[in-house]
Amino acid sequence: MIELQGVTKSFGSNHVLRGVDLTIPRGESMVIIGGSGTGKSVLLKCILGLVRPDGGTITLDGQDVTTGDRDAFLARFGMLFQGGALFDSLTVWQNVAFRLLRGALKRPKAEAREIAIEKLRRVGLGPQVADLYPAELSGGMQKRVSLARAIAAEPEIIFFDEPTTGLDPIMAGVINELIREIVTEMGATAMTITHDMTSVRAISDRVAMLHGGKVRWTGEIAEMDTTSDPYVQQFIHGRPDGPIESLR
Amino acid sequence: MSALAPFAAPLAGLGRAVLGALASTGRLAIFAGQTLSHLLRPPFYIREFLAACLQIGWLSLPVVGLTALFTGAALALQIYAGGARFSAEAVVPSITAIGMVRELGPVMAGLMVAARVASSIAAEIGTMKVTEQIDALVTLSTHPMKYLTVPRVLAATLTVPVLVGVGDVIGIMGGWLVGTGRLGFNSATYLKNTWEYLEFWDVGSGLVKGAAFGFIIAVMGCYHGMNSARGAQGVGRATKSAVVGASVAILAANYLLTEVFFSA
Repeated sequence: MIELQGVTKSFGSNHVLRGVDLTIPRGESMVIIGGSGTGKSVLLKCILGLVRPDGGTITLDGQDVTTGDRDAFLARFGMLFQGGALFDSLTVWQNVAFRLLRGALKRPKAEAREIAIEKLRRVGLGPQVADLYPAELSGGMQKRVSLARAIAAEPEIIFFDEPTTGLDPIMAGVINELIREIVTEMGATAMTITHDMTSVRAISDRVAMLHGGKVRWTGEIAEMDTTSDPYVQQFIHGRPDGPIESLR
Repeated sequence: MSALAPFAAPLAGLGRAVLGALASTGRLAIFAGQTLSHLLRPPFYIREFLAACLQIGWLSLPVVGLTALFTGAALALQIYAGGARFSAEAVVPSITAIGMVRELGPVMAGLMVAARVASSIAAEIGTMKVTEQIDALVTLSTHPMKYLTVPRVLAATLTVPVLVGVGDVIGIMGGWLVGTGRLGFNSATYLKNTWEYLEFWDVGSGLVKGAAFGFIIAVMGCYHGMNSARGAQGVGRATKSAVVGASVAILAANYLLTEVFFSA
C-alpha cells in the first residue's frame, strides 16, 4: 500500500503540491486526473524519489520511501514514461531487458533476450522488432516497448505517466486494454496519471482528482459520473465554464 | 547615500553576476567531487566505458592528428623565421619538439577534443534529460552518475593523454616535413636534434596535462548535459556552455599546471 500524507512541493514561488493526502491500496489501479500543470507528474516523481518533496510523508507498506535500501525499493517499481523514454543508443530488446542485463536482477544475456522477446510478444510486438533501435519505431510501437520494459522485471507496482498521449484513438484503446490486462494478470498495484477520460474508464478501479495542489475528490470509478463535485463534473465533461479556471 | 544611488543598480547587477558565477563554480566542483567518489565505488559499467573510449579517444584521432600536423609545421616555420634574426636557425628541431610536447600538443588536443567531445556529451546527456531517459535510468535502479558520467570521465582522462602523445609525434613530424622539405634541414640531423634535446619530463608533463584536460572536458560535458534546461533551446545552451566552459578551463588549467611544473 502506498500512502501519502500532507505532501508539499514548491518550485520557487510556484506551490505545486499543497498537502496531498492519498492512499493507493495494494493490487488496485488508481488513476489521478487533473488539468495540465496541477502537479500530477510531480506527485508521481515524488513517490519514486525523482523529486524530493518539501514536506509530508510517503510510505510504501508502512516504510518511509526516503529511508532504507533505494535499489530494493526501486526494484519493486516499473514505470511507463509519457514519451516512452527509451534509450536511443540501445536496441529494443536491450531496452526491455535493461534491468535484467545489470544490477541485482542480472541474468545471462541469452536468457535476458528471451524474456525481452516474451515481454514484447505480450505487448503485441513480434521478435522482428527486437534488434531495431527506438528511432526506427512508430510512436505507438515505442509506447508498447516502454510498456514491455516497465513489466520486464515483473514489478509489484507500475506507474503510467500519460500512457495514451500522442496516440491515435485506436492505438490509445490498444494501450489502455494492454494496461488493464497486464495489471490484472500480474496483480500489480497501478498508478496512472492522465487527462484522457477514455483511459480513466478503461484502466481505473479508483480515481483521484488533483486540483489546486490537493486531492479534490477521490472515489470508485463507478462514483465518478454521479458525484456532485462541480470540479469533477466540469473536468470529466470537458466544460469550459465552471469552478476550474481556463485560460483563453 | 543619495550620491551613491545611481550606482546601486549596476553594483547590484555585478554582485548578482559574481554570486551566480561562484554558485555555478561550486556546483561544478561538487559534481566533479561526486564523480570522483563514484569512480571508486561499484558497480562499474565496462561496456559503457569501452564505448566511451572509442567515441572520445579513437574517433578524435583524425582531428587531433590533423591539427597537430599543421601546428607542428607552422611552428617550425615560425621558429625558423624568428631564429634567423639572431642566426639561431639550428634550434628549429629542438624548439619545435619542446613547444609541441610541452604546450601546443596538449593544448591543441585538449581544445579540439573539447569542441568535439564536450559538445557531443552535453547534447547527448541533455537530450536524455529532456526526454526523461535520465529519470528512466533511476527507475531502472541505475545511477545516472555511474552509468553516464563515470565511464565518460574515466575514458576521457585515460584517452586524451594518448591522443596528446600521438599528436606530439605527428606535430614533430609536421615540423620535420617542413624542416626537411622547405627549410633545407638534413633529415637525420633534424631527428637527432629533436631527440637529443627532448627530456622525459617535457613529454611527461604534456601527458599529465592531457589527463587533466580530459577530465575537464568530460566533467564539463556531463555537468552541463545533466543540468540542461527543457527543450531544444535548453540542450543548445547546455552544449554551448560545455564547450566554452571546457575551453576556458583547459587554458586556465594549462597555465596553472605550467606554473606548477616549470616555474623555478
